[in-house]
Amino acid sequence: MPANRRPRRRPRAELLFGDLWEFDPAPETADPRLKARYDLFIGGRFVSPRSRRYFDSINPANERKLAEIALAGPADVDAAYAAAAGAFRSWAATPGRERGKYLFRVARLLQDRAREFAVAETMDGGKPIRESRDFDVPMAAAHFFYHAGWADKLDYVAPGRSVAPLGVVGQVIPWNFPLLMLAWKLAPALAMGNCVVLKPAETTSITAMKLAEILQDAGLPPGVVNFVAGAGETGALVMGHPGAAKVAFTGSTEVGKAIMRQLAGTDRRMTMELGGKAANIVFDDAPIGQAVEGIVDGIFFNQGHVCCAGSRLLVHEPVADEVVGKLKNRIRVLRVGDPLDKNTDLGAINSRSQLGTIRRLVASGVREGATLYQPPCRLPERGYYFPPTLFTGVTQSHRIAREEIFGPVLSILTFRTVDEAVEKANNTAYGLSAGVWTDKGSRILRLSTELKAGVVWANTFNRFDPSSPFGGYKESGFGREGGRQGLLDYARIA
Amino acid sequence: MTLRRPRAAHARLLDRIGAVDWVGVEERVAKFATRSIKKASKVQGLRMAVSMTDLTTLEGKDTPGKIESLCRKALRPHDDPEVPAVAAVCVYPSMVRHAKRCVRGSGVRVASVATAFPSGQTHYRTRLAEARGAVADGADEVDMVINRGAFLAGDFARVQDEIAGVAAVCGKAALKVILEVSELETYDSIRAASFLAMEVLRPGDFIKTSTGKTALNATLGSNQVMIEAIRDFYLDTGVPIGMKPAGGIRAAKQALQYLIAVKETLGDAWLTPRRYRFGATSLLNDLLRQLERERTGAYQAPYYFSEAAESY
Amino acid sequence: MARIPVTKTPKVYIGGAFVRSESARTFKISDAQGAFFANIPQCTRKDLRNAVEAAAKAGPGWAGRTPYNRAQILYRLAEMLEARAGELAGSLARFGARRADAAKGVAVCVDRLIHYAGWADKYEQLLGSVNPVASRHFSFTVTEPMGVVGVIAPDSPPLLGLVSMVAPVIACANTVVALASERFPYPAILLGEMLATSDLPGGVVNILTGYRRDLVPTFATHAHLRAIYAAVGPEDRRALRLGAAESVKRVRFAGERGAQWLSDGAQGLDVIRGFVEFKTTWHPIGS
Repeated sequence: MPANRRPRRRPRAELLFGDLWEFDPAPETADPRLKARYDLFIGGRFVSPRSRRYFDSINPANERKLAEIALAGPADVDAAYAAAAGAFRSWAATPGRERGKYLFRVARLLQDRAREFAVAETMDGGKPIRESRDFDVPMAAAHFFYHAGWADKLDYVAPGRSVAPLGVVGQVIPWNFPLLMLAWKLAPALAMGNCVVLKPAETTSITAMKLAEILQDAGLPPGVVNFVAGAGETGALVMGHPGAAKVAFTGSTEVGKAIMRQLAGTDRRMTMELGGKAANIVFDDAPIGQAVEGIVDGIFFNQGHVCCAGSRLLVHEPVADEVVGKLKNRIRVLRVGDPLDKNTDLGAINSRSQLGTIRRLVASGVREGATLYQPPCRLPERGYYFPPTLFTGVTQSHRIAREEIFGPVLSILTFRTVDEAVEKANNTAYGLSAGVWTDKGSRILRLSTELKAGVVWANTFNRFDPSSPFGGYKESGFGREGGRQGLLDYARIA
Repeated sequence: MTLRRPRAAHARLLDRIGAVDWVGVEERVAKFATRSIKKASKVQGLRMAVSMTDLTTLEGKDTPGKIESLCRKALRPHDDPEVPAVAAVCVYPSMVRHAKRCVRGSGVRVASVATAFPSGQTHYRTRLAEARGAVADGADEVDMVINRGAFLAGDFARVQDEIAGVAAVCGKAALKVILEVSELETYDSIRAASFLAMEVLRPGDFIKTSTGKTALNATLGSNQVMIEAIRDFYLDTGVPIGMKPAGGIRAAKQALQYLIAVKETLGDAWLTPRRYRFGATSLLNDLLRQLERERTGAYQAPYYFSEAAESY
Repeated sequence: MARIPVTKTPKVYIGGAFVRSESARTFKISDAQGAFFANIPQCTRKDLRNAVEAAAKAGPGWAGRTPYNRAQILYRLAEMLEARAGELAGSLARFGARRADAAKGVAVCVDRLIHYAGWADKYEQLLGSVNPVASRHFSFTVTEPMGVVGVIAPDSPPLLGLVSMVAPVIACANTVVALASERFPYPAILLGEMLATSDLPGGVVNILTGYRRDLVPTFATHAHLRAIYAAVGPEDRRALRLGAAESVKRVRFAGERGAQWLSDGAQGLDVIRGFVEFKTTWHPIGS
């Protein structure tokens, strides 16, 4: 036995993550070119709202006002649908090859102005500049680029059948990936030949309105895409408008259900991409170091404002202590703070109300007896921030294991056997995503088969691609976005 | 003596230390490259890297004159009193005595390669004798190579016993164990070799990525695998082993990325030359070049720095 | 006195560089009026050999890129052609094409490149599969590039034929050694310049000019060419098939007649399918 192996009963060694080498602030300085006021984008032009009302968009990092956004009322939503309907015949008749070229242009123009859009996205929503720069904006451009190439290949979308556009589609998107969700919605709809009326989230309307400028520069025919801004009321108008052949909604399960009720009397086609409470399952033979990274990415990416976030860690009991210990060390070096600092890992929570929700649910976790861990970190004085948080000693009956927190909070549960892992993972009304960490291929495939989730990530997490279909089971919604499968939801099949 | 060991020992080691996912490691290290180090923190990082450099010359054509130049540069890298001396010079055994004379009275250590560096392909008794000789000549540190042939054939016990033997002849000299990551190829093997070495090393010893003599040397990926092994070993046993990436680190920007990796994986206790070294030659001048840029505000030409190779 | 223009020395694009034939030989081409235009490299089998080596060297890197990256590069190639559409059309008209036909031909080239750019990140989903096997296994089929593919473009249309044959082959990650039109080689020289400015890595596409009688035999027998895609007449077809037998090359022929290149029928997934291998993997589903 090697000479220096010490017996295990020694006090455990600790690592020091202090301030021996502190990083100086490294702010991103590119100009987001914001306007003081953004009007609605209807019929290819920016128009004042007939409602005559505007609302403020603030920067959650410092609570300062960024811009005024036009509030669309019923007349505005009507005008948007009218413009879309007016543009539809010509757009649908445009050969796919030419429709695709518009989308290629949009992708390229977005790539040209990538840095400007990344800064705007960070300021409007609170996510770290590193993420908007390295993920949101490039991925949005990729979605436009990918779908551009489908426009002249629609014969392959439903082999043996012919496809046609539906008409005008109404879309409502959330605040967690404003520009990216916009790309996910617009690109397939347009590739298929539909026209669009879209409402961005009320706390994050800016990059949508900036993208409207790009649509103009790309020469997109007026009326093909229309943006109306506002809150819940405007959203209901967009979803409920008789001019919509189909609606697509991404947001909370609660609002999704409300929309489904609202449309129950119609035969409107719908797709829903709703909430989640994904289980990230780590087995004892997993590559532990990389699993820890995947867990951290799974719940702290975008401050946990992710529908497919790995918000429940299910860890195999034999390695639970090791994994939790490594997790704690890892989150001690996460940097929380100014989203515009290039070194920030966790930015601002999107809004005061979301911060309230997170705080309430975390308090419930403490109250219900789970053990809280938060690394020491200094949060900025102003703005909405929350430190990365772990709860151990969580069971399926805790609220923090069942309800979607949508924040940087991980609930950690244990399991003993593969069967138990599957049961616990599936013991939820949601079914959007899941993670599996193991070295054994056959186990990956078994879990992938048995987990009731629309996306299973094995030995990785949070991987997205325009070609890879995304969407949920059960109360996480229905329909898929991305890939050939995603196009089917925007087509009339004959 | 049997040439093959039972498969069980091989399987046991891999079970004990756990698997490594290559894609996952690469994703982790890609994040280090996105860190933006500016101003005072940049100067601090650059100086730290200088103080961690093992300034190296390992060429067939090394002469005493070359060693003198190297040592002078090591003691005083630049005309700026704020720039520290390097950690050590690294030379062939035949040059140890001369190097010791050149650095006498300073804190710069003399490291000697040994054990038939770089291939290690000679009799064990010869390799041991070489290490013994270097220590006798005054080497403060010995950089040895592991027996890759034995490792790849699965003879882990032999690999480990040989390391233990060299550690024994080192005495007070610190031992650095070169795994030669390009020949081990997979991250699983690098992790396994790291543990084999650490189990027989003493606090103050190091594990090292490469000889610098193959086409692929240190990378952020292999560095990460090894520092995670060091971390796991430390958390398990309390024994702190040092790390030395060597070869292929030419730019100051890269060196800072390695230091970020250490800061976020091992923490502050490893941000010291006692536990982290860069095996490098041209890196030093690039560190100085960036330091001078920070001091003056102007980008520098390479030929302002002594021992620079570039004339253009 | 009128300004004397600088005449251009056409060189072939091989391994990312513009070179003369290793034999140093050239042949003259004249424009539609019969006036001297330029001396074009008369490539030999050694040039072909060098091109195959360059293509083989570029192969792993090209295949290792993401489909999205390949798509973007093909799109950028389209951007390059569009930007110099006037020059390209002019080069076709110089050698006898009617102005309107030349402009249309170039427009179809650009659109064809965009078409295949759009395939690069999609064909896998349509050609690959997960197979519903009758055992507890996950069985999936993926495509892979064949390797270095030899392309022999038609004499006419010199640009559209070449682009229509090269684009699908590189869209699915193969690398190409192409022989340009024998009678109208100059547009291929220009295409080489556009390849060089399109972010396409050197060696992925290599274009030779010269005589078919010199080069077809080597296209036929070079064992490192894994496939041939040729627009040639019956005798050359026979020669290619015979040579291909020696190393079991996959051989495909495209039509010789001009008009069909302009239509959408000349492009599509089935062309890509001709230049991919299929690999099926099985793995148990268990725990």
